[in-house]
Amino acid sequence: MDLQALAVILDSALRLSVPLLCACLAGLWSEKSGVVDIGLEGKMLIAAFAAAAGAHASGSALIGLAAGIGASVAFSLVHGFAAISQRGNQIVSGVAINMLAAGLSAIVGNAWYGQGGRTPSLEGDARFGDIALPGADAFAAVPVVGPLFREVVSGHALPAYLAFLAVPLTWFVLARTRFGLRLRAVGEKPAAVDTAGISVPLLRYAAVIICGVLCGIGGAYLAVAQAAAFLPNMTAGKGFIALAALIFAKWRAWPALGACLLFGLLDAGAIRLQGVSLPLIGPVPVQAIQALPYVLTVILLAGFIGRAVPPAASGVPYVKER
Amino acid sequence: MSAPIELPRWADVALVPAVSVVAAFIVAGLVVVGIGENPLTVTRILVTGSIGSADAIGFTLYYATNFIFTGLAVAVAFHAGLFNIGGEGQATLAGIGVSLACLNLPFLPAPLLIVAGILAGAAFGAVWALIPGWLQATRGSHVVITTIMFNFIAATLVVYLLVNVMGRAGSMSPETAEFPAASHIPSAREVLGALGIAQPSTPLNLSLALALAAAFGVWLLIYRSRLGYAIRTVGASPGAAIYAGISPGRIVMVAMAISGALAGGLAVNELMGAQHRMVLGFTAGYGFVGIAVALMGRSHPAGIVLAALLFGALYQGGAELAFETPTITRDMVVVIGGVLILFAGALEGLFRRLVARTLTVAAPRRAREA
Repeated sequence: MDLQALAVILDSALRLSVPLLCACLAGLWSEKSGVVDIGLEGKMLIAAFAAAAGAHASGSALIGLAAGIGASVAFSLVHGFAAISQRGNQIVSGVAINMLAAGLSAIVGNAWYGQGGRTPSLEGDARFGDIALPGADAFAAVPVVGPLFREVVSGHALPAYLAFLAVPLTWFVLARTRFGLRLRAVGEKPAAVDTAGISVPLLRYAAVIICGVLCGIGGAYLAVAQAAAFLPNMTAGKGFIALAALIFAKWRAWPALGACLLFGLLDAGAIRLQGVSLPLIGPVPVQAIQALPYVLTVILLAGFIGRAVPPAASGVPYVKER
Repeated sequence: MSAPIELPRWADVALVPAVSVVAAFIVAGLVVVGIGENPLTVTRILVTGSIGSADAIGFTLYYATNFIFTGLAVAVAFHAGLFNIGGEGQATLAGIGVSLACLNLPFLPAPLLIVAGILAGAAFGAVWALIPGWLQATRGSHVVITTIMFNFIAATLVVYLLVNVMGRAGSMSPETAEFPAASHIPSAREVLGALGIAQPSTPLNLSLALALAAAFGVWLLIYRSRLGYAIRTVGASPGAAIYAGISPGRIVMVAMAISGALAGGLAVNELMGAQHRMVLGFTAGYGFVGIAVALMGRSHPAGIVLAALLFGALYQGGAELAFETPTITRDMVVVIGGVLILFAGALEGLFRRLVARTLTVAAPRRAREA
């Protein structure tokens, strides 16, 4: 495989991993604070719709991004209200969020634009353009590193850079700040945090809002950067693959990046491996590669390769003792 | 712990679900107003479209059959304290089982082939649910995540099978050959026609009877059998179950298998009763709406049948609605389902508290007036 082909595959892997990474980090924040969120898919979907609609109405991709984040945070707060304030079942609430987002985006999209749920195509400033990093062309002459830098690392849209920036940020805040320590504590032993005089609901609401912001970035990337319109059900299970990546990463930020890149690479490879015959195995059905993230997650969860242990208090509503 | 909210039984069984249904419809009505339609017109179309004619009733009952199966599937797992989100995947696998039986046993006479198809569907659905159950029981992996993953594995598996292995030769669309006539479950038109009652042609078939029998069977199982008692005990308190000599792991596996078999009923109604071939995506979200059905029906078979009728009517009325008002699509039913899951499931405590407060405010006033 020559360098050019490698660069193309890596570039498409990177692009495919952006929405996964956003949703995965979103889930990480939420679950670290003790709120299980299987509604990542729904939040990304409603964000994608709101971003496309916002960008179309305003002609500005940035306003689209803001609209996407707004819609996603609103859904997050519904989940937060049910899970934190009402101490409802968090799985049930997540399922509700997914269905609501799927139904609302399709119905409102159809009513507004009458194109069977599609939003009109975005053009010009209404779409995020690719940003060339400084030096991309200057170093292009350097063998191997130069072309890879120009083709793979440089030339992505703004939300993609935000997503990759969120990895070190998430790691730093969770591992190195007081807020992060408290947030992790509230996901492991909320009673201890409460005893220390810190509000459990406030911390969890903060985590849920951060989760909404990240899902919003992921959704906006899908509709306003990767594609140029919203399509019904355009997240197509990415929120659930992100959930798988989160388990794969064992709820840690840097491994989350690794898992999402791996799943992105599998996705990019699946498209290219169609009809290709591998040595020893023979032709691999493309569906086998598509199913791989899910199969790997099941195997990992079952503890056959390592052990994935979620935060101790995730999914458990906190009840103050009286 | 916060004190449990005490409610009279009638309020618990009927009033709380009714209040959440009304609230869900108010939200849906707001959505309708939001997109510029008249909610009263929409309601009229929904009602006449779902129960306004014999034709409409046939379709409503046909959809309700699907919801009874998926609702029961979710409910049985609920009773064991499990959340089976895998109804879609289990029904998909059941579809494969149904197709394998119907296409490979053409020598069987009609009633036997139908029974074989139903059993194969139930078995395939059961196995697809049993694996997550087994993984939870023995390896501690959470059934929610595993069943989600199994939905996607089933979706990719069935694409592979329909495209590469079981697909109809010479067909571009991913579907199997037509099932032999002996495997077709008699339609309501045939059955009622034989009794001298004229019926329009709808996909409604005898699977509805199977669904109602399954509902009765689940009632017997959960409330009248030793196994059902064990299931409810594990659901209420796995610790207490161990002291009572019940093995929670075993019960988890049994409950999941039963749940998966019930989800398989969806494949029976859709494939053997109506479409007479296996098509891609026949599960069409019924498995997820089953969660709403089970929550609304309070996991009781009688409640589930009622909730399934409501959703069947919504589904059929929604199709009429999409036909008459171009701005509203059938996705309205998904919205209503989502709001209902939120209200009857996640926010149940809120609604219980509201009902409890209203009752306690009303009770003394009535006493004073008397």
